[in-house]
Amino acid sequence: MSDSSMSNTPKTSIHTLNARTKKRNASETRFKAYGIAAIAAGLMMLVVLLVTIVGNGYSAFTQTFISLEVELLESKLDKKGNRNIEDIKKVSTFGYTPLLQTAFEEKVAELGIETELSKKEMAGILSKSAAAEMRNLVVEDPSQIGNKVAFTFLANSRVDGYLKGRVTRESIANDKNISVAQLDFVDQLKEQGVVVKRFNPDFIFGADASDQRPEAAGIGVSMAGSFFMMLVVLGLALPIGVAASIYLEEFAPKNWITDIIEVNISNLAAVPSIVFGILGLAVFINYMHLPQSAPLVGGLVLTLMTLPTIIISTRASLKAVPPSIRDAALGLGASKMQSVFHHVLPLAAPGILTGTIIGLAQALGETAPLLLIGMIGFIASNPPSGFAEGLLSPNSAMPAQIYEWAKRADPAFYERAWGGIIILLVFLITMNTIAVILRRRFERRW
Amino acid sequence: MPILWLVLIVLAVSAAGFFLGRARALASAGGSSRELHSLPSYYGMNVAFSVLVPSLLVLAAWSLLQPVLIESSVAKLIPAEAIAEGSNLDLVMSDVRRVADGLDVAVAQGVMSADEASTTNVDGAELRATLGEIGVALGADVDESVLTAAQAFRSKTANAGLALTVIVLALTVAGFLFSYLRTNKDFRARNVVERGILVLLMGAASIAILTTVGIVLSMVFETKNFFGLHSWTDFFFGSTWAPNFRGDSELSMLPLLWGTMYISVVALLVAVPVGLFAAVYLSEYASKPVRSFAKPLLEILAGIPTIVYGLFALVTFGPFLLRMFGDGGTFGVDLMTDARSVATAGIVMGIMLIPFVSSLSDDIINAVPQAMRDGSYGLGATKSETIKQVVLPAALPGIVGAILLAASRAIGETMIVVMGAGAIARFAGNPLEALTTITTRIVSQLTGDGDFASPETLVAFALGLSLFVITLGLNVLALYIVRKYREQYD
Repeated sequence: MSDSSMSNTPKTSIHTLNARTKKRNASETRFKAYGIAAIAAGLMMLVVLLVTIVGNGYSAFTQTFISLEVELLESKLDKKGNRNIEDIKKVSTFGYTPLLQTAFEEKVAELGIETELSKKEMAGILSKSAAAEMRNLVVEDPSQIGNKVAFTFLANSRVDGYLKGRVTRESIANDKNISVAQLDFVDQLKEQGVVVKRFNPDFIFGADASDQRPEAAGIGVSMAGSFFMMLVVLGLALPIGVAASIYLEEFAPKNWITDIIEVNISNLAAVPSIVFGILGLAVFINYMHLPQSAPLVGGLVLTLMTLPTIIISTRASLKAVPPSIRDAALGLGASKMQSVFHHVLPLAAPGILTGTIIGLAQALGETAPLLLIGMIGFIASNPPSGFAEGLLSPNSAMPAQIYEWAKRADPAFYERAWGGIIILLVFLITMNTIAVILRRRFERRW
Repeated sequence: MPILWLVLIVLAVSAAGFFLGRARALASAGGSSRELHSLPSYYGMNVAFSVLVPSLLVLAAWSLLQPVLIESSVAKLIPAEAIAEGSNLDLVMSDVRRVADGLDVAVAQGVMSADEASTTNVDGAELRATLGEIGVALGADVDESVLTAAQAFRSKTANAGLALTVIVLALTVAGFLFSYLRTNKDFRARNVVERGILVLLMGAASIAILTTVGIVLSMVFETKNFFGLHSWTDFFFGSTWAPNFRGDSELSMLPLLWGTMYISVVALLVAVPVGLFAAVYLSEYASKPVRSFAKPLLEILAGIPTIVYGLFALVTFGPFLLRMFGDGGTFGVDLMTDARSVATAGIVMGIMLIPFVSSLSDDIINAVPQAMRDGSYGLGATKSETIKQVVLPAALPGIVGAILLAASRAIGETMIVVMGAGAIARFAGNPLEALTTITTRIVSQLTGDGDFASPETLVAFALGLSLFVITLGLNVLALYIVRKYREQYD
């Protein structure tokens, strides 16, 4: 600063801020506020997402049930009266529908409910699976014919939606499946305790249902599919990943082959997951003719996808073991291999496990490759009965099942998709929590 | 013999070999392990590995190659006339496999005797009915050549299975005898075992290479087939995407690439400012408790499966945008007709990418040496001036790398765009309209009912290969930039 400018500026204390300083301070505050806003925005997104998931999904865990006593008339179900199972099987579910309708008439009369509905309309508030449920019971135990049996049927998804507030009298104006009168009828039955909404374990443990019966769909069977896929991933990715990391970290000479492998692994980690799906389709299904939609194939594809993650985290935890451990082992006469397997690997184990669990969690939520190897679009009706069947028979997986439900574009299925996401997230949170606990509890810092 | 049993036998022999080998070594040293060259268990492991490794390798290689070899030799049995119009060898071969499976089932259930199944030449309709009764549904009556081929397929499979069993058992026994007889107290068992383990470790490491080779080969072959059926100029330079399963499709990548890029740019417009400011705040301003609270919470966003974001876009966010910008919406503009749009998918994808950008940039900002900040403070700069004029320019290459990695993620992302972006391939500029992307088309072309050898299906492989090349290019570029930057300060 020159003397002339000094003499021109009025004397002020350095404690009073001049305009320029004020501007700079304001810009400082602004900048800081942007940062806070960014974090707040990110966290808000998280909250919105979680609120949406829980708000839309929790209702999937309850379901509306209707309890009815149905008389299994011999005249309808076994006309010859000789309890021949072949004859009984010939009666299709249509043969059972009249029984349901009669049961409703009796119920209405018994409770003194006044309604203008025909008996067909009354039975319309039941799920389409009700007749099949009765038929299954009769085919399994023909001696029940002629008895009056108490059933708890699923209600139609519209009725269920009405009780959950998803379906209103206004929203069904153009809906052929349900009428306002039927909803009134449901209200009357609800007062009498015939229609109840309660926890539905079948959603968690049951199988998917056709797109006509959202009320009967469950995620249990696809959970089994996911479970078997994770078994394959764990059984293959962990040993191969650990072996590869040990080689690269401890034994690999510094040469161009090692470089290629390393570059390869870091690139594989960033290959879009759908490309692994194409690989699975081309190699495992079209070339090797492994069964389509089998959890084995899904597991193999996810293994290839998870390997880079596991290798990267395993190498990091191997690297964290100080060289003094290796030197001490070598000094006591251990071979290089012994120093690695007896000393380095056990010390790195918590880190390896943590990485593996995180890799598994990633694989559990992955959907895109599963679409390509055919793990959507069909309904596995029974949980696998054994190990081989679990691996080889067609099944779905949790995320694929959720996608399948979302695709059916019925609000009742959306609810189930959100419910499925809650279950999926519970698994993911559990796995990640275990990983964090393992890391906190066992990881040593040198 | 089922492969499972074979594996179990090999495992049992190898377990027995462990104990026998160990015992033999000890016996040769007169029971004193100090006389041995290696620890006793190494002698056991030597025998166990000699049994296990060769037989399991042969088993694995055989199971990989057998279907292909049998397939190609059986395919020769099918005369060219037998392939109907509009069909192809692949379809006929899948019929052959189905008939062969059906015959297997028939034999297993006792409907046919084993002889009958391999020699029968009943007429096709009758066979179809027989197989139908036992639950094997065939699409059409069985052609005579298909039946012959199926029988050849069965006999070859049976022969190959027998040969495999014999070879694997022979290898098991040979491996056992060879290593067992070699075992004595002077045998350097540890060296041999350790060399073997090293080879296994190398094998595991090379699986990464094999995967890449598999990815490239599987897509290159099918892409070559695709370019045999469809002109490559149309694929790369055409302007219309109009697949038509009756043939005569226009399959150009450009409209899809436009959609992909547009959605990715929208995603980055959301993720980069938010992620970058979050990273700056967390690494430069935040106190330790705030940092240890906010950082893991933000990273939860990255751990949520993409299907969740997809459903959020489809069911919640898309309809929300539609209520805002659609006909009769809050803003009174009619710009949006469908809940699926570029903005729907792009913004939701941006949310997913926030932690990706922020944690990568965080690392990079933290790597800028403290001395540079101190120098700037010493010259009188405020904190934000230091960040804007010193830290960020120094971290710029790394941040660019992080953004490129995020872009590659966005381009390859599938579920969010499948559920949120729509299916219309065109060059539209309105972000509130539906567009489609490369990944959505891969999914729809490969999950449709199309014939697997048609260009409409094969185009998925060409798209996949293009996607692979684009994302790989971005990754390599990003890693190159990041690495180059790191060299400056280390």
